[in-house]
Amino acid sequence: MGILEVSNVNKRFGGLQALGDVNLDIASGTVHAIIGPNGAGKSTLLNVLVGKLIPDTGTVLFNGISVLGRNPYQINQMGISRVFQTPEIFSDLSVFENMLIPCFAKRDGAFRLHALESIVAEKQLIEKAEHMLSEVNMADKRHMTASSLSRGDKRRLEMAMCLVQEPKLLLLDEPTAGMARADTNNTIDLLNQIHESREITMVIIEHDMHVVFSLAKRITVLAQGSPLVEDTPANIKGHPKVKEAYLGEAAA
Amino acid sequence: MLGLSKKDTSFLIAVIFLTLATPILLQPFPEGSALAQFNAGYPDLMQRFAIYGIFAIGFNILFGLTGYLSFGHAAFLGVGSYSVVWMYKLLSYNVVPGLILAIIMSGLFALLIGYISLRRSGIYFSILTLAFAQMSFNLAYSVLTPLTNGETGLQVYTDDPQVLMDAASPSSPHFFGIVMNESSKIDVGGWLFTFNNGYYFCAIIAIVVFYLSMRIFRSPFGIMLRAIKTNQTRMNYTGLNPRPYTLAAFVISGMYAGLAGGLLASMDPLAGAERMQWTASGEVVLMTILGGAGTLMGPILGAGFIKYFENIFSKINDTVLHGWFSALPDGLEDAIVFLFHPFIGKGWHLTLGLLFMLVVIFLPGGLIEGGTRIWNSVTGRNRKKKQDQGDHHPKPAAHVN
Repeated sequence: MGILEVSNVNKRFGGLQALGDVNLDIASGTVHAIIGPNGAGKSTLLNVLVGKLIPDTGTVLFNGISVLGRNPYQINQMGISRVFQTPEIFSDLSVFENMLIPCFAKRDGAFRLHALESIVAEKQLIEKAEHMLSEVNMADKRHMTASSLSRGDKRRLEMAMCLVQEPKLLLLDEPTAGMARADTNNTIDLLNQIHESREITMVIIEHDMHVVFSLAKRITVLAQGSPLVEDTPANIKGHPKVKEAYLGEAAA
Repeated sequence: MLGLSKKDTSFLIAVIFLTLATPILLQPFPEGSALAQFNAGYPDLMQRFAIYGIFAIGFNILFGLTGYLSFGHAAFLGVGSYSVVWMYKLLSYNVVPGLILAIIMSGLFALLIGYISLRRSGIYFSILTLAFAQMSFNLAYSVLTPLTNGETGLQVYTDDPQVLMDAASPSSPHFFGIVMNESSKIDVGGWLFTFNNGYYFCAIIAIVVFYLSMRIFRSPFGIMLRAIKTNQTRMNYTGLNPRPYTLAAFVISGMYAGLAGGLLASMDPLAGAERMQWTASGEVVLMTILGGAGTLMGPILGAGFIKYFENIFSKINDTVLHGWFSALPDGLEDAIVFLFHPFIGKGWHLTLGLLFMLVVIFLPGGLIEGGTRIWNSVTGRNRKKKQDQGDHHPKPAAHVN
């Protein structure tokens, strides 16, 4: 049994079948990529996984518990973190404050009225945040406003914010979209390193085949809302069906 | 000290000093001189500085930190005033029970309005709060007249129970015998300083609530509120529920407003519905933006500025102007007075409006930003900063190993 089980998920938007009979079983500790041409339903699937969309039928179980109908913050508290296509960070706050917020959320839950407490007194959390920042090589930028970071750094910060919460499952929505080659490679290295050091299960939605093949242990190909094949990267590369549906279409 | 950093502590001490010395600092011109009318050191005005300062500090916790623009805060001001006057009527002229009731009532009222209004954000939230405040105003003005005495305003009558009153108690608002409208006047070589009990009562409360707001700004809760302002999506996906945070901020700022309203009635034992009107809600928005939203000191500065204009500029009339320019030839004098006429007296709103426009256009950070810019150009910190930035060229992103 995997950490995340998607069974018989269907989602319609008007006349469009966005997801049709999606079944996925994501094993614990793996890096699972979901690929597919534009409009294949990748983002819809991700939104179902984080509770933003409720499917018409089907179930999504995380460690045996349904995630459907829960708020994003409840899903995060269950241990699922999400990295967005465009980095979602607290851009008016300093890098360090950006790191502190997830630490507080992890410790104190969805809400706590700590209006008269001092941040300086939270030595453990500060240490944790600083440690995470140095792990992603951003310790020297801790006082910068997050909006003034480069795009690559914003992405690193966002990932660090997710990782400091020690999630069981990390969802990444096109983590390298719009990045320069060097930044893309940095991100790949970062993700590989994270995976090796923490054994976090990752689900990656990605366009860039270079990224997918350098990261994923399993790949699911989605086409027109349904999974076409699921296999190891080596097998996917030469799979005739994939070539036809995905690479063929991309070339046309 | 007191859970504040060194820098904040010295800031707080400076604020305490300035607040306590206000009766002296606002009296820069000797009595009887031509400029004496610019003196602001009289009790009524100083009380307003402190009270509206409190109002704006509270508003800033909501608007400055979370970015939720409430257009209905005057409702809480009114609730606070009515609470205090009711306590006068039922118990006695001691302000303490009234102020406690004012904070509780406005807190409950804010909980109700906030719970409903905070379902929406942005302009919809603003309109919802505005609608609630106008409803409260109209209720107070013409519907709930047994409770508010309608357009006459709520006041204390001789046949009110006042169960805690005895022959020895003062017959105007007091704090355990310290009567609010009593002052001691000191005449120092032409300068007249008025030390008013009411002002010091408000000032000490203002210092306490300023300290509290400082703690809130520096607390984890304060960071969460600022996080709400910049990115609610990330907030949600970080496992935080923004709703209770905004509601808590709304209630806290409502309680500040209630306290301010209560203090208004503590200085002058009256409460009228016009205190809840939307212009009063708009005023606190102006104060906060003029001073600098999201800064600690800005709202207080803004409040002081607007109240100063309201009370000092509005008093300059044509006769005063003629007096100033009497040295000029008659035709020129009349022309200048004619030119200035729309900006003074009843036209002080025009002056304030122009000033507000200038600040918003050229100093989006408010008067605080202006002050910082002046300070930087005096100390040359700007130049230093620019050199600093030169060193911060984007470095090639380091490889993670």
